[in-house]
Formats: sequence, C-alpha cells, structure tokens
Amino acid sequence: MNTDPTSSASTGPQPTETAQQRDRARTIFERSQPGRRAFVAPRLDVPTQDGLLPDRFRRTEPARLPEIAEPEIVRHYNRLSKRNFDLDTGFYPLGSCTMKHNPKLHERVAALPGNARLHPLQHPRRAQGALRLMWELQNALAEVAGLPHVSLQPSAGSQGELAGVLLTRAYHEDRGERRTKVLTPETAHGTNPATVTMGGFELVKLGTSDRGDVDVEDLKAKLDDDVACLMLTNPNTLGLFDPAIEEIAHIVHDAGATLYYDGANLNAVMGRTRPGDMGFDIVHFNLHKTFTQPHGGGGPGAGPIAVSDRIEPFIPRPQVVRRESGNGAGPEFDLDFDRPKSIGRLRGFQGNYGVFVRSYAYILSLGFDGLQEVSETAVLNANYLMARIAETAGEQLPAAYERACMHEFVLTGGPMKKTFGIRTLDLAKRLLDYGFHPPTIYFPLLVDEALLIEPTETETRETLDAFAEAIGEILAEAAEDPEAARNAPYTTPVRRLDEAAAAKRPVIRQAL
Amino acid sequence: MLAAIGAESIDALFDDVPVGVRLGRALDLPPGKPEQEVYGYLRELAAMNVSAEDELSFVGAGMYDHYVPALIDSILARSEFLTPYTPYQPEASQGTLQVMFEYQTAISELTGLPVSNATLYEAPSAAASAGWLAHQQNRRGRFLVSRGLHPHSREALATTSAGWATAVEEIPLADGVTDPEALAAAVSDDVSAVFLQNPNFLGAVEDLEALVPVAKAAGALVVVQCDAIPLGILRPPGEFGVDIAVGEGQPLGNRLDFGGPSFGFFATRQDFIRRMPGRIAGQTTDVDGRRGFVLTLQTREQHIRREKATHNITTAQTLNALAAIVYLSWLGREGLVELGELLLQRTAYARDALTAIEGVEPLHSQPVVREFAVTLDADVDAVIERCAADGVNPGYPLVRDYPEFQNGLLVALTEQRGKADIDRLASTVQAAVREAVPA
Repeated sequence: MNTDPTSSASTGPQPTETAQQRDRARTIFERSQPGRRAFVAPRLDVPTQDGLLPDRFRRTEPARLPEIAEPEIVRHYNRLSKRNFDLDTGFYPLGSCTMKHNPKLHERVAALPGNARLHPLQHPRRAQGALRLMWELQNALAEVAGLPHVSLQPSAGSQGELAGVLLTRAYHEDRGERRTKVLTPETAHGTNPATVTMGGFELVKLGTSDRGDVDVEDLKAKLDDDVACLMLTNPNTLGLFDPAIEEIAHIVHDAGATLYYDGANLNAVMGRTRPGDMGFDIVHFNLHKTFTQPHGGGGPGAGPIAVSDRIEPFIPRPQVVRRESGNGAGPEFDLDFDRPKSIGRLRGFQGNYGVFVRSYAYILSLGFDGLQEVSETAVLNANYLMARIAETAGEQLPAAYERACMHEFVLTGGPMKKTFGIRTLDLAKRLLDYGFHPPTIYFPLLVDEALLIEPTETETRETLDAFAEAIGEILAEAAEDPEAARNAPYTTPVRRLDEAAAAKRPVIRQAL
Repeated sequence: MLAAIGAESIDALFDDVPVGVRLGRALDLPPGKPEQEVYGYLRELAAMNVSAEDELSFVGAGMYDHYVPALIDSILARSEFLTPYTPYQPEASQGTLQVMFEYQTAISELTGLPVSNATLYEAPSAAASAGWLAHQQNRRGRFLVSRGLHPHSREALATTSAGWATAVEEIPLADGVTDPEALAAAVSDDVSAVFLQNPNFLGAVEDLEALVPVAKAAGALVVVQCDAIPLGILRPPGEFGVDIAVGEGQPLGNRLDFGGPSFGFFATRQDFIRRMPGRIAGQTTDVDGRRGFVLTLQTREQHIRREKATHNITTAQTLNALAAIVYLSWLGREGLVELGELLLQRTAYARDALTAIEGVEPLHSQPVVREFAVTLDADVDAVIERCAADGVNPGYPLVRDYPEFQNGLLVALTEQRGKADIDRLASTVQAAVREAVPA
C-alpha cells in the first residue's frame, strides 16, 4: 500500500479512479471465463460403474465457481494482498489485540509434515510428538497462569470464555447449587456479556471507580447467593491493574462464586504476577495475542484455559495426559476421554494444534527470562508512548486516567473534538495516511471518543516516537484545516466507505 | 525511556500490583533458546508423529488428506494476508474484506443457501452455533440429532447448550441412515431444530427429500452438516429446504494440522441474515463512488450488542477461508465436479475390494461418495495395528464413538489414493483379518 502522506495533498484534486483501480476491485468470480482452469484431475484409474448415486441425490447444475487459470489466481490474490495494511509492514497499535511481531521460525515448524499432515484421529501411539508438545505446552501455560490444570481445547478467547462459564455452571451444579447471575464490569470486552448470555446466565454489570478500577462497594452490593461468577480482566480494558484484586477475590470467594480471568491482557504481567496467585479460578489465554500468532486477517487463534483444583474435574475432554509405562520404556502420552464430570467437548478434535506449535516455539525461544522481559518491555513501551503523546498532543488528547498504565492505555479525544472539530475516527483515518494502523477506537465505551493504544514490546523507541509525532502533526494540521482529517484517508486503495448503505441493503455475495 | 516517563525503574511501573500477589521469583520454565535449537527440538517432536506423509492413510471421519496445491502456501505466506487483524479499518483492509466476500459467495454456491458468514471455528462448534440460532429464533429447547451426525458435533451441541436446552435427543440409524419413522415419532412442536449430516458419519448419503419435510412439519428448523467436497456432485442442502448448512472447512485447501486450525462454514436463509453469528463482509462504495467492502451488520455482534449479540464470537478463521477460496478457484467449476466423480468411483471400487475379503462385510447398503463403513470379523484394533506395521492406516475404528459397531471401520478416500493404493489397502487388510481371526 502506498502510505506516503505527502503523495496526496488534502487540498489537491480528488483522486480519480484509474483503470487499474477498477480492475483491482473485480472479484475472482468476475474474472472467470468459461473453459479456463488450473486443476488437472488425477486419472480415473478404476473400472467405472454406473448408477452409484441415484439422480435424486445429484446436483443438476455445477456450483458456479470461478473458471480461471493458475497465473491469474496468483495475480488476483497478490494484487488483493496489496490492498491490505499489515503488521509486517507497519506499526499496528490496536489496543487489546496485542499485535506483536510473529517470528518466522514459527511458520517453518508448523509446516513440518509431521505436524501439518498429521491426522487428528491418528492413534495416540503414532502421534507421540504432537501429544508431548501439547502436554509440555499445558505445563508451561499452567506455570504462567499460576493454576495447575490446562485444557488447550478452546478455539479462541470467546470459546475459552464460554468454557469458563460452562465450567462455573458445572461446578455449582455439582455442589447442588443453581446460581443464575454472572457479574462483569462495564469496562469488559463485549465478548464477556455475550458469553454470559450464551452460557444461560443473567448478566449483572458492575460500576467503575473514578480511578478506573472495579467499584468494590458496587460489587459488595450486587454479590448474593445467585451470583455464579465474576468475570474480570486485570489489567482491565483501560490498561490499569486493579490494586484491590486481593480484596475482590476474597469477597467473591466468600460469596461462593468463582472468579474468571479474561486473559486478553496477560501480556502485561508475565513473570510479575499470575492470575492464580491473584485468586482466579479460571483463566483463558489468547495464544494469538500473548504467545504470538499471525492474526491472519482475523483468525485463526486459540483460547486455552487454566483452572484451579476445584474446577479441574469439569474441564473439557479429551485431555492430554502422560502415563508412565511399567516396562521402563519411558512415558507415553495419551488422550484421556474418561472424565465423567467433564462438561464435554466444545469443538472438534483436540484444538488448534497448528497454533500450539507456534506458541510453544515462542515459549521455548523466550524462556522464563524472555517472557518476563516481554511484559516489562510491553509496559515500558506503553508508558513511554503515553508520555510522548502527552508531549506532542498536549491537552487535546489526554490520558483518560492519570496513572501509570500497564501494556496499553486509553486517551480521550473529547478535547480535540471540542477544539478542532475532529473526532477520534478522523484522527484514526488520518493516521492511515501516515503509514500507521490506528489504535482501537470507541472502546472502552465509558471513555468519550476513546483511543485504546497497545504498542507491544516488539516496537522500537524510534517507531513510538514517529507515531507520537504523527499524532502531533495531525493535530497541528487540524488546527489549520480540520477538513484534512475529516476527509482522510487519501492514500489508501479506497477512501471512506459507506457502512450505513452496506448494512441497509446488504450485498454479501457476488451476483452470478 | 524511563526519564521520559518520569519513573525511576521498571519496577515502579508495576507499583499497582500488590505485594501479596507479586510472583517474587522467576517463572519455573527453562531459559530461552537460540532459534536453531528450538527448530531442532520441534523437528524432533514432529518426527515422532506418523503423518499422512509417512503411511498410506485412509482415515477421514471429518478431516481429509486432500492435496493442498502449492499456490495456497504461496498466497497464505504473504504477510499482507498473514499478519493483519480483523478488518476494523476497511480503507486499509480491502484485500481481506474482498476475500471474505468471495468466500461467502463460494459457500452460498456450494450450499445452495443465499447467505453465508465469513466462517466460524470448525464444524462442530458451527453446528452448536446453529442450535443457538434456532433457540433464539423459536425459543424452543429440544434438539433432535441424528446418530449419523458427527459425534463431535453432537457432543459440542450438548456441551454448549447446557445452560438453556431442555434436551438433546438422538434419532437412531436404520441400515446406516437416519430412521425416518423414528424421526417422525420424535418430532413435536417443542423441537427447536433437527440436526442431520450428509453424507453422514458412516459415509451414507441421507435421503434429505424424505427427512426434511418430516422435521419441518412441526415447525422445527433443519440443520445439515455437509462435507464440502462431495457438494460438487450432491444436490445442495438449500434445494431441500434446509434452514442452516454448516460444515468442516478443512478439506477445502487446509492442512490437517492434527485437527486445527481450520474453519466451519455457516450458510442460511435470507431472512436469518440478521441472526447469523460471526463476521460478514458486505459490498458498498466509498466517498468517490468506488466499489469497496466493509464488515457489515455489525449490530448483531458482541462488540456492539454485548449481551444481546447473536453470538460471542469475535473473529472468523479468515486465513483458513482464504485457503478455501483459493482452493475452490484452483479446482474451478468443472474441477470440483471431476473431483467428486473421481472419489465416487474410487470409493465404490474400494468398498467392493474390501467387502470382497472374507471376514469383511459392508456396515450398510446405502450410496456412498467418499467414505464408507465396514464390519470386520476380527478385532478392529488388532487389524489396525497389523496394518500399521505394514505402513497402512486402514481407517477409523467406529467403536470409539459407536459401541454398537464393535469392529466397525470407517474408510475414507481422497484423490491422493489411487487404484494401486486401494489394492494395497485391500491386500493388507485381508492379511490382517486372516491373522487376527481367532483360529
């Protein structure tokens, strides 16, 4: 993508559509020409039989897939790729998404045929390497979480959350209790409340104190015998560590409820503190965040969970276990299905193994020392960037909370909007012209014109400086000419898109 | 950097962490290793696995060893597809958004249903998500699942619906397919949805024309889990009046990866578009009138609708969907049909070759397209072990999920297994059955 901000002056003529640009917006279906193809079918090498499939089961017309040769497929998708901004090309400080570098070794080891072409139903005796890798990863994650038991199964953070809520239900039911409510702070990610509903619980929202922490008085008022669980992110979505976490855990446990840790922000605290030590019963990891996966344009990832002893009987099955062999042949790894109190499986097979390989490569590469340094540097980078933006943006873009942040921080664009008449959205769009992916915007919901910025530990000081300076330049430009930001971006393959029209009359497939 | 922050030390940045919960020691993990050592160790672990590269494998049961063409590796390795996140900023994400739009089009074509989302995680959780949609739609709590539905899908539905479903009941099979009389007897106006699979777990083609009206008579929704590859020749679920089609995306250009990551496809009726779970890409125009794509109908989703969202899912499996649309473009309109016909013929040949062996009987008599089940007159595990010693993996032992098929074997074909491979399978199984049969 061309992202040189000087290449298209805001006062210059509107960019007009070139033939090439028109061409690039054509879909693979629109490039189809009858008779073209890439696939060469293997020879039909067995005697042909008629009538194998009755006509009533047969499709009458082939699915209208593209007809196109390999060179044009490659060119189409390579051209499309150039219409994306990506982490390997530029800074991507998308708050709460932990867009850290994806080491290239990980792709190499995941692609080894012993991993990539291993069938999930291979007999465990012939999948010992994979099961051992999973077992070792379980142990490493347990140590990072400070909780003794890990299930790798959930496919993503949201499925890890659902597992957590279902575990909570199973735990209470096993004790003969039927609790109906789950508490989440209003700062929570949207997945938390959505998960509560899908788990069959009623959501109760908790207030936030002036400092950005859980409102402990509100918590006390809302905790009763019907509360099954408190779901918490710590550091929370404001990037703040709740210093009252011990008291919160104490209150929640006293009420007989479980404490759930949304691991979205685990990148802040590795080797410094652990959810288990804070009193949490259930944690989900976002391997794609903390333990770096290429985000793939939005997936795949993985959302393993770690749990305390009292939750362990209920974890999903199958579970990877190590059995000592009696004959001195060394340990054998297996899948344990015999878990009578298990909530059952949440998905097919054993989880996103390809993701496990990459994250385990990361853990092996960094070790205990490296993981701790990750969190320390992530927090250092976030605080440094917050300080630098305070310099370049002055009072127009203040921090929402005046205290040390953890791995991310929230700014409010309220003053900027009042002074210059540009919104956070405009600032975000103008950042694209400077070659930066914008931060998360309009989240958390309780901060006016919010920007949630997470630089991660893999960015240099020079990159952070350049980002802070770009924000300063955009604000200076807005003081002179707010229209420049309001109409941004200029250098992207398309400019602002009509999202309202897309939702009003949805066109979600190519007409053929 | 600390000076710019105004902090004395890194430790000072962690002051909010109370003393009582600080770890105060190093994590109990090995120290970091150089890249070549990590590679060496993980290569060693990978070499302990017997993959489809190392043996002649006929295992399927939901994931299949189809050939993944090299152009998929090449396109998926592009950092512009590999390393961005969800396209929250559409101006800088047109590549990903257009991929989603193209993928949705292809899934609509395959399933014969007008609307598709941009993927869910994998087939069983997609099936479970269809159950959630049905429950939201008709507020009923009872589910009927064919025993031919993949056991992982049955279990995922039961697990996921524990908080709100009243019952998940199985409809038995008769000669390998869903028993229509048992279905008719079980259906009533408290049934939220009926779940079928086509071809079902035993490889049998279900008679959807007969089953779907039975299920719909009492107002239940019909969910069908499909295998995408045979959809090249099979009549699509949309033509039978099926409400929701889901399925495993792995066979479409994705690696086996010991079970994931892959994707689940999800397609449904036009009037369910605002109830669909997951991301959806839609077409629109920019301020200059140029065609572009955005994430659309986001008011369904958790980040906006929160506890009233249609689902808690936050991402898709976008990279896996990219593999799928590249694969389907590579196969093309004719290629998917040719692949289906090839598998149909080779599967029939393999079924004939195996059931010609003394001590091997067909488990059912239904039409099959890429996978079939047999019953052995010998201990299935012993046969598998004997075949493994000869470098052949003859299939999946059904007893793990179907105690009633004690010595059942599920055998799958892909285009990577030709006549010579099938002949080798037959001779290996023949020797193994002969040896394993008690004298």
